[in-house]
Amino acid sequence: MVKIGITVFPGSNCDRDVYNIFKAKLNCNISYIEDKNKIKNFDAIIIPGGFTYGDRLRAGAIAAHSPLMDKIKEMAENEVPILGICNGFQILVESGLLPGALIHNKNLKFICRWIDVIVTNNETPFTNLYERYQKISIPIAHGEGQYVIDKQTYTEVKNNNQIIMKYDERDNPNGSIDNIAAICNLKGNVMGMMPHPERASDDDLTPYGFSTNAIYVFKSLIKYVNRF
Amino acid sequence: MAILNEFEYNYLKKSLNREPNELEQNIINAEWSEHCSYKSSKIHIRTLPTDGDRVIKGPGFDAGVLDVGDGYVITVHIESHNHPSAVEPYGGAATGVGGVLRDILSMGTRPIAVLNALRFGDIDSNKNIPLSKKNQWLLKNVVKGIADYGNCMGVPTVGGEVEFDSSFDNYCLVDVASIGHGKLNNLVKNKVKKGDIIILAGNSTGKDGINGASFASSNLDEENRSAVQIPDPFLEKILQECTLEAIEKKCVNAMKDLGGGGLSCCLSETADNLKKGFEIELSNIHLKQKDMDDSEIMISESQERMLLITSNKKKTKLFSLFEKYGIKYSVIGKVNNDKNVLIKKNGQVLATMPAKLIAHAPLLDRPSKQPNYLYNINKLFREPKIPKNFSSLIFSMISNPNICSKKWIYQQFDHEVGIRTVLKPGFSDSSVLKLDNGKFITFKLDGNSKHCYLDPYEGTLGCIAESVRNTVCVGATPIGIVDHLQFGNPENEQIFWTFLESIRAIKDFCTFMKIPVVGGKVSLYNETKSGGIKPSPVIGALGLIGNKSLVRSPIFEADERIFIMGMTYDELGGSEYYEYYHKAIGGIVPKVNLGNHKKIVESVKTMVKTNLVSAIHDCSKGGLIISLLEISIQSNLGFVVDIGKIPTSCTRLDYALFSESHGRFIFSTKNPEKAKAFLMQRKIPFADIGVVTNDKKCSLKFDDKTIVDLQLSEIIKRYDSSLLAILEKKAP
Repeated sequence: MVKIGITVFPGSNCDRDVYNIFKAKLNCNISYIEDKNKIKNFDAIIIPGGFTYGDRLRAGAIAAHSPLMDKIKEMAENEVPILGICNGFQILVESGLLPGALIHNKNLKFICRWIDVIVTNNETPFTNLYERYQKISIPIAHGEGQYVIDKQTYTEVKNNNQIIMKYDERDNPNGSIDNIAAICNLKGNVMGMMPHPERASDDDLTPYGFSTNAIYVFKSLIKYVNRF
Repeated sequence: MAILNEFEYNYLKKSLNREPNELEQNIINAEWSEHCSYKSSKIHIRTLPTDGDRVIKGPGFDAGVLDVGDGYVITVHIESHNHPSAVEPYGGAATGVGGVLRDILSMGTRPIAVLNALRFGDIDSNKNIPLSKKNQWLLKNVVKGIADYGNCMGVPTVGGEVEFDSSFDNYCLVDVASIGHGKLNNLVKNKVKKGDIIILAGNSTGKDGINGASFASSNLDEENRSAVQIPDPFLEKILQECTLEAIEKKCVNAMKDLGGGGLSCCLSETADNLKKGFEIELSNIHLKQKDMDDSEIMISESQERMLLITSNKKKTKLFSLFEKYGIKYSVIGKVNNDKNVLIKKNGQVLATMPAKLIAHAPLLDRPSKQPNYLYNINKLFREPKIPKNFSSLIFSMISNPNICSKKWIYQQFDHEVGIRTVLKPGFSDSSVLKLDNGKFITFKLDGNSKHCYLDPYEGTLGCIAESVRNTVCVGATPIGIVDHLQFGNPENEQIFWTFLESIRAIKDFCTFMKIPVVGGKVSLYNETKSGGIKPSPVIGALGLIGNKSLVRSPIFEADERIFIMGMTYDELGGSEYYEYYHKAIGGIVPKVNLGNHKKIVESVKTMVKTNLVSAIHDCSKGGLIISLLEISIQSNLGFVVDIGKIPTSCTRLDYALFSESHGRFIFSTKNPEKAKAFLMQRKIPFADIGVVTNDKKCSLKFDDKTIVDLQLSEIIKRYDSSLLAILEKKAP
């Protein structure tokens, strides 16, 4: 059975949601990781959303420098798939595992709503079950989700196919450069995404006019781990 | 510090049989404040019906507890933070959320939703722009305060209600409610014995929020900013997780949060409830500032603090949890059997009083008198003229801040965290959440200060009726009510009369409908220099839905027939049509006929169960035309409706469209014949008034003549952007 570890920093608040979706909908062995001593031979790590350390300094900044993240960096080196969602994405950029930065939304407000994102690279551990350019219905909920990156790194990221999901260009909620909603590292095993797939994985929670297909982010991950 | 009045001082002196010292007076002053003691309201709110099959704990606790079956409970509580929010809207609103979440936590349940009911002054006045800007400033910061606290806590803010009225100019009402969910056998037992130890955990006690409860118990003094508490949602989040684990591991014998009145209130009420005595050592308390005097420590309202009582046997386990989560704590005393609250410092006794004496202020039976304004308004009132152009009238009404989309507000709230939110804010009559036992819960807050001003009794009945209708619209059976009574200075007998009328309405409604009142709050002295607020009771209705197939949304499908049930009367007093469009104050307020209301609500429940309704929406603010448009907006489909068919006794066409008469629902059905037969058999007035169309046009006909024919896209544009346009308008 696929072994998934979910990090729990002080102030994480989507840890239980990710756990509950895996428990209810996906047949995996799931555990919480509260500190570095709880790291085992996980097949994949999920860094869920929340307000780790109360967003003090900058969102994700303190968690990024925790001993637990040092362990996760080692795992990233060893090509263990690591998925950061929302604050998890912020932690991944703050820790240097992903390029760029996440700054305050363009309208300077927290935004919570359902949107569509488009899968621009379906050859990753997190998107292999999607068609290229497939639309995913998914909610966002963040105050600091505007993805920014310097020109040179952007060109590299683009040429390396590291842009995994984009907002619809007619509805970019936070002002992210090139409508970027999710990116991965050079090796492709670390991905950060602002929208919340765990909130769009249960039919009961999908609002009128949207479909329930974000669960394939997790199903892709399971398929990837089981690839051999 | 504040001083007790003569009557209370003498009462205290007589009860103690000696002169109370300064610390004792300060403790009493905090606990006997209106805010903590309910001294003006208690004899009246005691008359409300509180019993019901599902009620485990009714009013009088930190939160009401209801049994939702299968070994699970729902807890519910409502609070306001009006005075603090009016001087410091961000911190005031944020700490309001923090306080209500701790109330839910105190019972041993995890908060699963926050709701809010907000009232502000006019935000769009052309006459007084600086005042409008002040009201906007209050709104923006209140919303941000609620958002920053709730979002960080990971508790979804799933619904709310906002009213703008110039009686709230320069002031605001900020009500926050929360529901919790948990296992019945995890409820905190609140049983302690002699020798158990008392622990204060969480934030350090500091000079913030000194005398907050007394501040909230008199008319507003804007200079008193030190009475406002400072929010730290991150600390509260950790404290919550730590406390919930402590409960799960059974190391808590009793628990209470610290709120208004600080330690004075928390210690005396807890000791009194447990029928025990507490011996407290002040020098053990962890403080923010070293130079705090004894009274400051006892009445500080520093946030994010919990009082826990555990036994000597379980304390090591509890302490290890505090250490795991990094929570500061102090062992501040022990339980004994003498029923006194004894305060010591370095072993020396500073104060000793019976817990019962502190926790029970002498109650007042204040005089009341029907207010003069009621006669004057009716004398001055003139009926407005019928506008010529109904299209521009409808466009104006849909842009009204009291009616238009509140997206600008609720999109700043994380309403999805917790993965329970089935029906989301801004969509249906009431938000719906998934529970752990497979059932669904809905919770709706409603208020209507305009109706309550013109007729406090009928207005309050209307608020409860509306909240109940809203829960029924999403497929629920109402299981409990919470009330939040917000009025001006109770020492004014005319204001106090409106308060008593409001209570009478809640009592009449809940007794007749057999719905228990499971919690409530009273907030008085809501006044500024320019006078008192309009009577503003806010009602919260909780409804339970047995399974997903019963959940209803306001979504039309093309070609469905559109029905209205219930009668429309010339009841425009306090309506948005009179007040917003015509600036006319007065007229007849919509009345609730309890018998008819019960019949119609029961019929809707049956029609949902038997699939006779597809989309359903209640008629309230803005009248039936606004209800129709709201479903149209949500479904992105048009309609053709014949106004002539509406069951009404209205004397004017505009009144029929905009009257806010109660007991009405708009619904669509795929079984028009069966629906007709059912409603006829139940003897409920109804009519098949039209059809849902695919062409995205909203058409109203009268006598075969089309009187309004509007593009849905034009309606949506105004509905969606009105609030945003007002609030994001750049300075000229």
